[in-house]
Amino acid sequence: MVVRGVKKLWTLWVFMLMGAVACSDSDPSTEEPIDDFDRSEILVNWADNIIIPNYQDYVESLTDLKAAITTFGQTSSADLLADVREAWLEAYLDWQRVSMFEIGKAESVSLRNFTNIYPADIQKIDENINTGSYNLELPSTNDEQGFPALDYLLYGKADTDEGTVAILSTPAHKEYLQQLVERLHNLASEVLNHWTSGYRDTFVANNGSSATSSLNKLANDFMFYYEKSLRAGKVGIPAGVFSTSRLPEKVEARFSGKSKLLFLESLDAVQDFFNGTGSSNTGKSFAHYLDYLNTIKEGEDLSALINSQLNLARQKAEMLNSDFAAQIDDNNVSMLETYDELQKVVVLLKVDMFQALSIQVDFVDADGD
Amino acid sequence: MLSRFQGYIDKNAEAAPLAVFRIFFGVMMFLSIVRFWSYGWIDKLYIQPRFFFSYYGFEFVKPLGSYTYLLFALCAMAALAVAAGYRYRLAIITFFLSFTYIELMDKTTYLNHYYFISLLSFLMIFLPAHRYFSLDVRLGYAKPVQYVPQWSLDSVKLLLGIVYFYAGLAKLNSDWLIHAMPLKIWLPSKFDIPFLGQWLQQEWAHYTFSWLGALYDLTIPFLLLYKRTRPWAFLAVVVFHVLTRVLFPIGMFPYIMIVSATIFFNAQWHHKMLSVLARLIRVNKAKCDNGLVMAPTKMQLAKIVLVPFFVLQLLIPFRHYLYPGELFWTEEGYRFSWRVMLMEKAGYASFKVVDKESGQRFYVNNADFLTPFQEKQMATQPDFILEYAHFLKQHFEAQGHKNLGVFVESYVALNGRRSRPYIDPKVDLTQQQESFKHKDWILPFEDEIKGL
Repeated sequence: MVVRGVKKLWTLWVFMLMGAVACSDSDPSTEEPIDDFDRSEILVNWADNIIIPNYQDYVESLTDLKAAITTFGQTSSADLLADVREAWLEAYLDWQRVSMFEIGKAESVSLRNFTNIYPADIQKIDENINTGSYNLELPSTNDEQGFPALDYLLYGKADTDEGTVAILSTPAHKEYLQQLVERLHNLASEVLNHWTSGYRDTFVANNGSSATSSLNKLANDFMFYYEKSLRAGKVGIPAGVFSTSRLPEKVEARFSGKSKLLFLESLDAVQDFFNGTGSSNTGKSFAHYLDYLNTIKEGEDLSALINSQLNLARQKAEMLNSDFAAQIDDNNVSMLETYDELQKVVVLLKVDMFQALSIQVDFVDADGD
Repeated sequence: MLSRFQGYIDKNAEAAPLAVFRIFFGVMMFLSIVRFWSYGWIDKLYIQPRFFFSYYGFEFVKPLGSYTYLLFALCAMAALAVAAGYRYRLAIITFFLSFTYIELMDKTTYLNHYYFISLLSFLMIFLPAHRYFSLDVRLGYAKPVQYVPQWSLDSVKLLLGIVYFYAGLAKLNSDWLIHAMPLKIWLPSKFDIPFLGQWLQQEWAHYTFSWLGALYDLTIPFLLLYKRTRPWAFLAVVVFHVLTRVLFPIGMFPYIMIVSATIFFNAQWHHKMLSVLARLIRVNKAKCDNGLVMAPTKMQLAKIVLVPFFVLQLLIPFRHYLYPGELFWTEEGYRFSWRVMLMEKAGYASFKVVDKESGQRFYVNNADFLTPFQEKQMATQPDFILEYAHFLKQHFEAQGHKNLGVFVESYVALNGRRSRPYIDPKVDLTQQQESFKHKDWILPFEDEIKGL
């Protein structure tokens, strides 16, 4: 009897399994995790202390830039041009503090591509201004708009301020300036509104460990930004790391020569995000998560290693010419040394940190062993 | 001794378990391919990439462009034919060849599970799995028999046993047992699994999982063999594999292993199983229960092939002893050895292309040539790095550059250790050739993992 019962049990098992095969791959539910470290706190800190305040600052400075350009459009003068330039730089610096958050609306509208693709296509920009026919919503016009296009118009049209004012005060130029700032402002506001009208809660609630969870996704966005935009875009590519010759014309903000300032802001933003430092206070982020996991694993103090390597890179960069293009022409070796220090951070983040957090680099949707 | 062996060879057993196994295997393979296809993986893994990593000696095996879909379709149809026992020999040979071809197309996707399927389907070519409850019997292509040689059933059990036991042996190392690595990394990240999540943060849980996992792998083949322990062993099989399914992304493999384990059951179970199936599809199973025994002369080829096959299976996992250095680090002899879930290995490799005449150099953006999956696999395995370096030389020389050298700066972190340099950055990889010899341009591990 017992034996028969066991056999029935086996048959039952097998049929249950056949059922399980048919409906496998269910998503793990998103219940609140109950353990020593609450990962939701990271998401809350990111959203409320870093991402949303940074977008608010950014939209605010774009509003100022818009106002300055409108004023300049009414009465053009060298003083008012200076105001526009100042507001432009302010907004450009604030942009460095949101660029890495290519998630949610920012991702779906390709915010980074429409805001800061450089070098700008100056022929195309002049053509747009002359013909007056262009559609800045087309992806093909990435390099005809955003901050690099403004950099060209505000700094690259003439050698003197008076000359620049003379050119920019023509109706066609005024119109293009206006269009550029409108577009920046619209995109940024759209992203900010999305965050404040519901997405923040979605983001925080997606606190699981799956590949599409907020933590994993933003970790990858962060990594992508650091590697592609910061390390390669701002330093490596112009210094000729990826080409047979140097390409100083590919620095960020080449006409105004503000590349170092923008780079340092971006590096600060990356480090602040890593440490959870926001405008008002410091909350939880990767650094704390690494420290927590280290109490389990008793390995190296990764958060300290990453911070000190970021500091090393900053020290190198601080000694560079304020215009990276001049530095590259002058003495590219120090530029390459800066790149090397930045590169070491990639290894620490992408290999060591991702392994410690058990996050897949660029999530690969395939089976494992 | 010899007579005892002869006695064993002549021993017969019911054919029903083998028929059930054939049906399970065919259905599982069919479902696996449908799943693979429906996830869009054929396109993603075999059509989109512009470069594919080859196994040494199999460089000619490449994806077939859009015909790759046909290859998968062929493989799926063969799996169904195997399940039905229709033109069985042709079907299982077609399945073995098409499945193995798929696996050889790009070693990026290598999984021990896939290797297991290739081996199992090869073994099944030589087994009389279609002589009972099959379309071949119904259509008269094969004569039904109720009894087949005992060893034909046992060979499947042996292969399963090797997979488990060797996986268990591989776990007898200091990282797994003493440091609970890599589970100590993997388990805490599963914090959101209902109920279990909270325990997965605890160190004792990491050790428990590690030790029980090793114990399970080492003992389960034997516990399944003995009648007394079998019900509990099967329960353990189910629990173990369901748990791995919940914790790790391992696709169909847990289900395949669970249904495979039914071959250890008593033949009465299989008869019952087939009776239920026979009623469902309205056929009469009684025709096969004819008391006939398979003629022993039929199986000569199988004996000639399978003895060396199993000897190789027992030896291949130990081939890493022929290489110096830490196996987990160099991975020389790592594949095809049932080393599953042993390593959390992450790497980063940036390639420098140097014009050896002008001294000009530049770094490569790997994303230009590799998918994220390929890049991830490449960065931690020396044979991938070498093959990719040769590809880069070819690619850039075709663009008009001449006399190029390719160097790599790479870092790898293994089982929670800090990342360290992996490949000698001063070695021009284009001057190195792939072979079975030790790759002396892999930098030393500078640590020790004790064990088998």
